[in-house]
Amino acid sequence: MDLVKELLNGSRLALARAITAVESEYDEAIDIMKAIYPKTGRARILGITGAPGAGKSTLTDKLVKQYVKAGKKVGIVAVDPTSPFSGGAILGDRIRMNDLATNENVFIRSMGTRGSLGGLSKKSSDVVKLMDAFGMDLIIIETVGVGQSEVDIVKNADSTLVVLVPGLGDDIQAIKAGILEIGDVFAINKADRDGCDKLNVEIEMMLDLDSRKLAWRPPIKRTIASQDVGVEELVESLDDHFEYLEDSGELQKRRAERTRDEIIAMINEQIGRYIADKIVSSDSFAEQVEAVNRRESDPYSVVFNVTDKVLKA
Amino acid sequence: MAEKRIRVLVAKPGLDGHDRGAKVVARALRDAGFEVIYTGLRQTPEQIVEAALQEDVNVVALSLLSGAHNTLFPKIVDMLHEKGMNDVLVIGGGVIPDADIPGLEKAGIAAVFTPGTPTSDVVDFIKKNVK
Amino acid sequence: MANDSLKNKLAEYEAVCEKTIAKFPERKNLAHKRLYTPLDLEGFDYEKDLGFPGEYPYTRGVQPTMYRSRFWTMRMYAGFSTAEESNKRYRYLIESGATGLSCAFDLPTQIGYDSDDAMAEGEVGKVGVAIDSLADMEILFKGIDLGKVSTSMTINAPASILLAMYIAVGEKQGVPSTELRGTIQNDILKEYAARGTYIFPPKPSMRLITNIFEYCSQNVPKWNTISISGYHIREAGSTAAQEIAFTIADGIAYVEAALKAGLDVDTFAGRLSFFWNAHNNVLEEVAKFRASRRLWANIMKDRFGAKNPKSMKLRFHTQTAGSMLTAQQVDNNIVRVALQTAAAVMGGTQSLHTNSRDEALALPTEASVQVALRTQQIVAYESGLADVVDPLGGSYYVEAMTNALYDEAMTYIKKIDEMGGAVEAIEKGYIQKEIQDSAYKWQMEVESGLRTIVGVNKFQVEEPPVKGLLKIDNSVGVKQAKKTQEVRANRDQAAVDAALKALKAGAQDENVNLMPLILDAVRTYATLGEICNVLREVFGEYKAHSTL
Repeated sequence: MDLVKELLNGSRLALARAITAVESEYDEAIDIMKAIYPKTGRARILGITGAPGAGKSTLTDKLVKQYVKAGKKVGIVAVDPTSPFSGGAILGDRIRMNDLATNENVFIRSMGTRGSLGGLSKKSSDVVKLMDAFGMDLIIIETVGVGQSEVDIVKNADSTLVVLVPGLGDDIQAIKAGILEIGDVFAINKADRDGCDKLNVEIEMMLDLDSRKLAWRPPIKRTIASQDVGVEELVESLDDHFEYLEDSGELQKRRAERTRDEIIAMINEQIGRYIADKIVSSDSFAEQVEAVNRRESDPYSVVFNVTDKVLKA
Repeated sequence: MAEKRIRVLVAKPGLDGHDRGAKVVARALRDAGFEVIYTGLRQTPEQIVEAALQEDVNVVALSLLSGAHNTLFPKIVDMLHEKGMNDVLVIGGGVIPDADIPGLEKAGIAAVFTPGTPTSDVVDFIKKNVK
Repeated sequence: MANDSLKNKLAEYEAVCEKTIAKFPERKNLAHKRLYTPLDLEGFDYEKDLGFPGEYPYTRGVQPTMYRSRFWTMRMYAGFSTAEESNKRYRYLIESGATGLSCAFDLPTQIGYDSDDAMAEGEVGKVGVAIDSLADMEILFKGIDLGKVSTSMTINAPASILLAMYIAVGEKQGVPSTELRGTIQNDILKEYAARGTYIFPPKPSMRLITNIFEYCSQNVPKWNTISISGYHIREAGSTAAQEIAFTIADGIAYVEAALKAGLDVDTFAGRLSFFWNAHNNVLEEVAKFRASRRLWANIMKDRFGAKNPKSMKLRFHTQTAGSMLTAQQVDNNIVRVALQTAAAVMGGTQSLHTNSRDEALALPTEASVQVALRTQQIVAYESGLADVVDPLGGSYYVEAMTNALYDEAMTYIKKIDEMGGAVEAIEKGYIQKEIQDSAYKWQMEVESGLRTIVGVNKFQVEEPPVKGLLKIDNSVGVKQAKKTQEVRANRDQAAVDAALKALKAGAQDENVNLMPLILDAVRTYATLGEICNVLREVFGEYKAHSTL
């Protein structure tokens, strides 16, 4: 396939088009993924998430500059929510990374969530794989940390950086539940603001309570991304974490789990699609539902009938 | 299961900071169901073309009010073509005298929208012409 | 009770109207009421709310006599191409009796790039004159006595550099800086919020501004050190109330920054000036000007404890709304500008620029500039609008509207205070978002036909392209770049390097006032781009974020 060949030969346009094919679920997407899969598994994957307005894009911009300076090739997948009303989206993360746009060692791709909740995690993971096969050393997935789908996206990463800012008050409470437990490294951005110490203490307290954080205690770093303050130290912490993952065997373990999870998710998706196409839309299914409504049958028996049929097929 | 979605890069080349029009258009395109990549002010032709490539957009919408359109718009089209993006629809808007429009169209700008154009015209044009 | 009888009569009137109005649905949903009566001015206190012209809270005007002594300054914004070309235009204006100049700079100058910088491609001399070094400034004011003319410069991020160049030209003419009169726009906050020609992040930008306040209070006492601008906020799509609110919130931020730097409020507040938009809705605009004066006076007195009346007076320049000019049926713009002029004059402006009919298409030609200037003269001399101070004072509608805009603006200001002030509100994108929402709403009203723009969504005609527009060709850029390269080749480079090094060291120390260092650098013919690059190195550059 030409596109794959060009992508593997370093064509940025081919990479861009392959991403579109995957994101839009074009027919050729699966063939592309199959063809590039052997070339994946080399890049390090970093997830960045946090509250809206935490300065994630600015911090990403500064982090990437550090890595590029160190000779790395970096891919960025920036995910923004799609409007549930129009299906459109404004993807504005690039605005903070404009001077990276023309760097030949950087490739930035913006994605809308496009309303496909479960599928988004797979799609963004496929985009990461394309960038991996393209030869990126580091791939960053950046997303706003407000919901389960975002958490799922970030779970595709080897390490997760959670970005917080002082003085957001209730937002922190809201975010605590979903995002904080997945942080491997924390950044308190805009650290020149009031409330920085308080936030630091809050995170420490939460980490104290988390028994999963015994082997690796997530460091908390203070940054002022807009002024490039604390970014080098943050890079060190991120590198430390990656080193820890490698040395402890955790990286292999996480990746193996991820592969397994991905395959399971794809199987589920495939089966779900089969059920949707072949069963849910069939007349006999509609009749069975009617029968349940008339209390002539019950949902449990219908489920048995359907799964039985699927398994035989 | 393909779900084709039109992707548009809304960009402001040149140095003017008048982004009212670009932002209104960006929102209108969003509301029309497009994915809009907004890159903000003062984008060099190189930045715009690279962003268009990486984002694999169908449309590049340029807004410029400083009078530098005759220099910058054709340059962007040429650079897109050099990078192999011949199928990208390039449209422009801003304070652009009628007399300049034929030249811009000849240079590969598919349409020029001058002040007073309803955003629905831009949406319709994109829907009709995107390849 | 008199009020009860009035209320009853008003109810009768409303009942009569309802029947007729039901037949005109498109006129039904206007923002304002149909009729205003004394009932809309309950609690109105003439002396407290209005006072006399020239008297606190200055609702009726900042001077006692207003236009019965002297008309507003008819100040036409001009500048294009090279310093030589603009100098010709300025000398022509002065020969025709103008006492005020208003300089427009091209975008590379406004953003701190020399004409030979790659970023300047296609932009040199386009929307204003290109100034790269003191050499250009000397040409721009050649044959113009800086001791006699007052010069307004629309320059923001690099305002200190252009002011330094102006001071240096004065020195060469033998005019001491204490005699220089004029204004620099110098309002960086509205650049972040609306106009877009920023360079540095807010913090160092605020420092540059307070450095100017301090330097000028001692060395250039007749200079208006800032023109706090609502104009561009309105152009970006805000409402009238937002224009007042966000501009005054910016004003508050500048005052606070200066106080924090240790200045006494009455040493600098009298040199603060404002810049408003004159939009289409004539009476709302008049109310806006009146409300803004009262609001600023209240804030300066009550919040900042200003003692000097000068510190409480909101003096302002006005420009007619460029965004309301239509590219369709351009002659209609003359009428729009006339109405906007009427609003500015009835609102008591200190100076006025009127836009030209063809500006939705290009920079104006000399002929259309003349019509724009004549519009002001007709309003001044023929219309009678300038014959009475605050002619609409006491109108039930205008007073009610003045109060309403005051209140709405005050609500916004309180909200911005809660966020931590204008700088914070801008960094959070709050102000930008509010403006964009209003702009989008306006556009959707026009597209749905809820709002009529003559010639655009109603009463359209087929028309041929407009002929005879002003064109600036690209040879200007080549010529200017070459000139600047020559300046660089012929100056004392060691002196330039030393001055830039000193500037860099100064920039790194927050306690240093940068004005004297910039003045030293300018005198060595260090270029605007070189000076800005030194500051970029130390301060970094501001990056906008998406607020859509």
